[in-house]
Parts: sequence; structure tokens; C-alpha cells
Amino acid sequence: MTLEFNHLQAAHCENGVTTSLLRHNGVEKITEPLAFGIGSGLFYIYIPFMKINHGPAISFRTQPGLIFKRTCKALEIPVYRKKFSSHEKAMEALDECIKNGIPAACQVGVYYLTYFPKEYRFHFNAHNLIVFGKENDNYLISDPVMETTASLTSYELERVRFAKGAFAPKGQLYYPKEKRIVTDDQIRQGIKTGIKRNVRDMLRIPGNIAGVKGIVFTAKRIKKWRDKLGVEKSRSYLAQLVRMQEEIGTGGGGFRFIYGAFLQQAHAYFPSNDELMELSARFTKAGDMWRNAAVQASGIYKGRLGKQEDYNKMGDYMIEIAELEKKAFTDLSNIKWSQ
Amino acid sequence: MKKEEIPQDPGALNRLTKELSYAVDDKGNYTTALSAGWEVKNTALDVAWTDVEKRINDAKQKVLNGEASPLLYYMELKLMDPAIVASYTGFWKWQIKKHMKPGVFKKLSENKLKKYADVFEVTVDELKNLK
Repeated sequence: MTLEFNHLQAAHCENGVTTSLLRHNGVEKITEPLAFGIGSGLFYIYIPFMKINHGPAISFRTQPGLIFKRTCKALEIPVYRKKFSSHEKAMEALDECIKNGIPAACQVGVYYLTYFPKEYRFHFNAHNLIVFGKENDNYLISDPVMETTASLTSYELERVRFAKGAFAPKGQLYYPKEKRIVTDDQIRQGIKTGIKRNVRDMLRIPGNIAGVKGIVFTAKRIKKWRDKLGVEKSRSYLAQLVRMQEEIGTGGGGFRFIYGAFLQQAHAYFPSNDELMELSARFTKAGDMWRNAAVQASGIYKGRLGKQEDYNKMGDYMIEIAELEKKAFTDLSNIKWSQ
Repeated sequence: MKKEEIPQDPGALNRLTKELSYAVDDKGNYTTALSAGWEVKNTALDVAWTDVEKRINDAKQKVLNGEASPLLYYMELKLMDPAIVASYTGFWKWQIKKHMKPGVFKKLSENKLKKYADVFEVTVDELKNLK
């Protein structure tokens, strides 16, 4: 059985799942940037006491699951979300959705995700996809980061839904519970709340590892990496930073370009707030600066650069980015909304 | 990033799909376009895999030298760490660390070896006799 469903490609999986499922439920005006902005997706954190794949734990986006949750909440759309301990029940619940005509999202791990290229199959468990049908033993999959749809056998799907390790999906299944008409006013409210929350996350989290302070913290650490970790490890660490920033799902520039797109789309809902256009341009600039920093980092991990001053330059790029983003978020917090 | 600056350097992902990227057009308006990859991040991924291969080779050498049990090798081969092995096998992390000692490993029951072998997708025989 194949459900009527429009596959939509997005830069990021959770944005994509949120956008596709909301559109399927009648919210035609939702776009990936709006979902990302209303869900306050932009973030930065460096957790110094944690390691991911033997490298630094860095993220450019908010915690998995929050974009869907916040966006649906802002648009007042009730959500079904359930984790399972029984594999059979998890698969039955999914089959039930398909039988009832509901395309549903699953959280999965990518290590056993057969259609992914081998090079991308690390133990990363916060990937999201939509199941929109089942033919014999094959589930039809809309994976938002892909141009076209895919399929997985029931064994393969069960395996990725029950991947283990950090952020284990535990068979997690979720979807909007009902179709609702969403008004422009609700979207406007969602935009305002989303921006306010993002300002809080980037400027006001206590401590120095999150938000713009986290960027400065990382910059200072990087300047010490060469002496403290040695050349080889520093190169691996910088490569990991660049992967978190640029890899599949970010839309480039550590999600800053998607945020720039969000502010432009927000302007359409607040046409008198022209500062949104100017702020969008500043996030584009921030994204470009992140990419320049990545080029500098790649010079180091490729071995073309490697002196202490090269690390200092990398750190200084990031301090500059932090300043720009601090100013931009401060100005966002001071917007006088026209409506 | 301007639309015409979206990099098109094919990476590993390009075998599966092109990626959606956000960029601005001539008038500064945001739009999307597909990217085949970017050399800067392709090489970052290469670095990650070079590290993985090094860990696997180091682990193998340790096993052959009798400094570690084959569990270490298979754990690295499957990109796992003791926490991930623990969650797949049901053993505790401290047990797994103990089982990585060759002496302890040799005394493991067939039952326990089977659990490891299943997770590492090898036979018990392959698990015990690393070549």
C-alpha cells in the first residue's frame, strides 16, 4: 500500500520531516526555513568533557526532536510521539499508521542504514525519515536529505529504528495527529517566539560553552590544540569541527544560511520590519565567515598549514564570527514587531 | 554564499544524492540549489576515515601481540566504543573492558562469545581466531 505523499528534499532531516508532514496535514505555507526558525534550530555548543567518535562534541543546531516539537506547538498542531521497548509493537504501530493512511516519521540510526554510502555510516542515531507505504516486505521511505525516495525491508527498518548508543531512537514514531488550518497570525506568532527563544539560546545560556560564548570558548581552545594535543590529533579535531559545520544536513555554513533564508521569509509576514532583511544579510555573512574558517581549518588538516599562527588565525576567525552573531542576535532581540 | 558559488566537488555522498544548499541570487534573495559536495568537507571525511583505519590497524597489532583480545579489533572495525558494544550486547562496560584482556577472553563461555559474534557480524570461530 502506497500513501498519497509528496517527497520533499530538504537540507536537514528534521526540518524536512517537519515540513513534509505539516504540508501533508494541510499547512501549505510551511517551508524548511520557517520550520527551522520557528523551531529555534540555530545553536552552537562545544561540550569539552564529551567525545563523539573520539573527537570534540560540537553542534551547530539545537537538540534532536525539538524543531518538530516546537514548530508543531507554535502552530497548535497536536502531535503523536511514542517510543517502544518491543520491536514487534514498534513495527505494528507503524503498519497501523500506513493502514490508516498516515505517513509517519521514525527516528533512526545511520550505521545500518543500507541506502547510505558506507562513508557516512557512523553510529549516529538522530536521523529522521518518513515511512509512506509498504509493498510486500518493503517499506517506502521518504528520506528528506535525498533527491528521491528509497525503500527498506522490514528487517532493515526495524534494525535502524532500534539502533543503540547515544540518542538511541528506541523505535520512536511521531506524526501530527490531525489536519488543522494554520493562519498567518499563528505563523507570525511562531516566528516571534522562535526568534525570541533563539536569542535566549545564543546569548543567555549561563556558562561559557553554549551560544556565542561557546564559539569564543572553542576559538580559545583551538589556539591551544597544537601544543596540547599535538599536530595529528589537532588535525582530526579540526576535521570533525568542519564536518559538524558543513556535512549533510546543515545547508552549509553551520545552518547559518538556512537561518538567513528564514529571516527573509519572516519579512514576508512582517513587511514593515525591514530590519529582518538586513539581519538576514548578516547571517549570510556569518555563514560565509564560517566557510572561510573551514577553508583555513582544511589547510591545517590537509597539512598545507600547521604553524601556531595558523591555529591562531583559525581561532581569530571564530572570535570574529562570535562578535558578528552576538550583535545580530542582540539586534534580533530588540526588534519592534509591527504586528 | 551566492548561488553560483555553491561548490560542485563530488564526494562520497554524491553516489547517493546531491545535497540541498541555501544561497542567495543576484538580488540577494534566498533560493536553493543542489550541491555535489565540497572539497573542504570531503577531505574532512577522509581524515575521519584515515583515523578509523589507523585505530583498526593499531587494534589488530595489539591483538596479534597478545596485548588485547580480538574484541578490541572488532569493536574498532565496527566503529564502536565500549558504551555502544555494551548497549548492543547487554554486558556492562566494565565487563567488556575486562573481556578485552586476552586471558579473560580465553575463558569466556560459548554463550558470551556468541553475543559478541552476533553484534560484530562474524562467527564465534572468526571472533576467536583473528588472522
